[in-house]
Amino acid sequence: MPGQYNDVVLEHFKNPRNTGKIENPDGKATEGSPACGDMVSLYLTVDPEMKIITDIKFESYGCASNIATGSIITELAKGKTIDEAKKITWKDASEALGGLPKIKVHCSVLAVEVLRSAIQNYEEKHGLVVNQEKTTEEIVRKRLKKVMNPIKGLDMVATHLVKRIHIKDGEVKIVLDLPRNHQFANAIREDAIEKIESLWDINKVKVEFID
Amino acid sequence: MEKEIYLDNSAATRLDEQVLVEMTPYYFDTYAVATSEFGYTPGIEARESMDDAREKLAHYLGAQKNEFIFTSGSTESSNLALKGVAKALGDKKGKHIIVSKIEDFPVLYSARTLEKEGFTIDYLEVDEVGLININQLERMINDETILVSIQHGNQEIGTVQDILRIGKLCKEKGVLFHTDATHTFTRIPLDVQEIPVDLITVSAHTIHGPKGIGGLYIRKGTPIHKMMDGGFHEFDLRGGMDNIPGAVGFAKAVELITESEASYLIKLRDQMVQLIFDKIPDVILNGHPTQRLPQNVNITFHYVEGESITLHLDMHGISVSTGSACFSRSLEASHVIAGIGGDHERAHGSIRFTFSRYNTMDEVIQVVEVLQKVIGNLRKISPLGKK
Repeated sequence: MPGQYNDVVLEHFKNPRNTGKIENPDGKATEGSPACGDMVSLYLTVDPEMKIITDIKFESYGCASNIATGSIITELAKGKTIDEAKKITWKDASEALGGLPKIKVHCSVLAVEVLRSAIQNYEEKHGLVVNQEKTTEEIVRKRLKKVMNPIKGLDMVATHLVKRIHIKDGEVKIVLDLPRNHQFANAIREDAIEKIESLWDINKVKVEFID
Repeated sequence: MEKEIYLDNSAATRLDEQVLVEMTPYYFDTYAVATSEFGYTPGIEARESMDDAREKLAHYLGAQKNEFIFTSGSTESSNLALKGVAKALGDKKGKHIIVSKIEDFPVLYSARTLEKEGFTIDYLEVDEVGLININQLERMINDETILVSIQHGNQEIGTVQDILRIGKLCKEKGVLFHTDATHTFTRIPLDVQEIPVDLITVSAHTIHGPKGIGGLYIRKGTPIHKMMDGGFHEFDLRGGMDNIPGAVGFAKAVELITESEASYLIKLRDQMVQLIFDKIPDVILNGHPTQRLPQNVNITFHYVEGESITLHLDMHGISVSTGSACFSRSLEASHVIAGIGGDHERAHGSIRFTFSRYNTMDEVIQVVEVLQKVIGNLRKISPLGKK
């Protein structure tokens, strides 16, 4: 078939490996959002002794390049230790696929980032974070940048949804410039909590709305 | 691979053999340049053929033959309409032009170019099915307004505007009205005796004619300047070698349109919409449900991305297009879907199916069967849409 994708990419696109969801995963992450374009979720099962990725699954709401990269990244990561898997780069994925069209790089980067985020999520949940930096407002803000504001199609920080952030005794309070009964209020709240609660020194996340 | 099914007829159509038969002598026998009536015989014959074709096309629109000029296609026609009128009236009357937000690129980008040259452009909003608001248009028109350009039928979502009302309003206000009829020409009646429109863009490539030939209807007396310098072709409005085979082919293509063609296309269209809604959940029809192009279906399939759909369909020999950003050369999502208030997600999963007389009901059924499978598989691996 003619076109911009090579046969390896097309084969992974047609028959993506390791798709689906893992119930009660040890680590998970989502990158992107429907509002901004592609979106990919990834789930991990990790052997607690050896720190080996024994199972990995992904879901994609994206183009061929996104699906194929998600597929290859799960193949590359499966059976590796989390430290080895962390080092997998976009270049490794692209090479394993025999190259991707230049214009499609950003769609595939998302699939590589989600693996790193899922590993980070695993490490945080299992007390494995080496550099135990104290959580600051800046760190919280940085994480909230990964939460999309579906109204605008941009992240909630860029769209000025975050009014205030308080951090005290392991508790994070986020005040959003959004009424409680807004149609997206709950979705944004859940998304924000998910991004913050795995931080090593945080045990409670509260999201409040202006009413 | 199964038999190929081509459903991208708003992009290009298959040439009709009879059109080619009509054109062929103008490559091998009457290939001379069209000369004046004082020229040599082959040149006079060439000119007469060109005039014949012009007359047929003009008459089809209810116009006189000196009101129709040949161009290289819709892009050139719309460029000439907007920039030519701007050049003729910009210094004399005013520098204000109104276009709709969902125009095709030739109109939209001609407007943007004029904006950079000091014209004021108002981009008229459309509602959720793609219709403009006539009252809003009326409020926008002022003493400086020289031209309103609103398409007849939309290239992507198929919505057809009420150009009779728009034309009457423009006439009443003394403002010129251009309409891009690339996708309605021969599909929806347009007679300049009934509809007060001053400029109409048409093209052969959407009606089984040759590529590279189009036309612009220019109502007698319309102030317009040429853009391309050259000889004195096309009433001194468009220099360049006459495309005689193209003109002859264009006229033949129009002649071959039968009275039942539009209703046949409507049958295919409505059957496709019906089948998709029956068999595939979580879909939206983009554009107006009834006031739409006979040949156009545009559906958003939630939770999946358009390029993935088109690629899977291509693997089954089915050609369609999508408004997804991932599919476009610019990586920008469709401005038409954005124009009807759709979010990125709606554009992301939107697919356009456009029919021609060569498509059949069997093909429609077959495509929906494949779609059902493809959408099902992509939704299986999508993180969205699961409860």
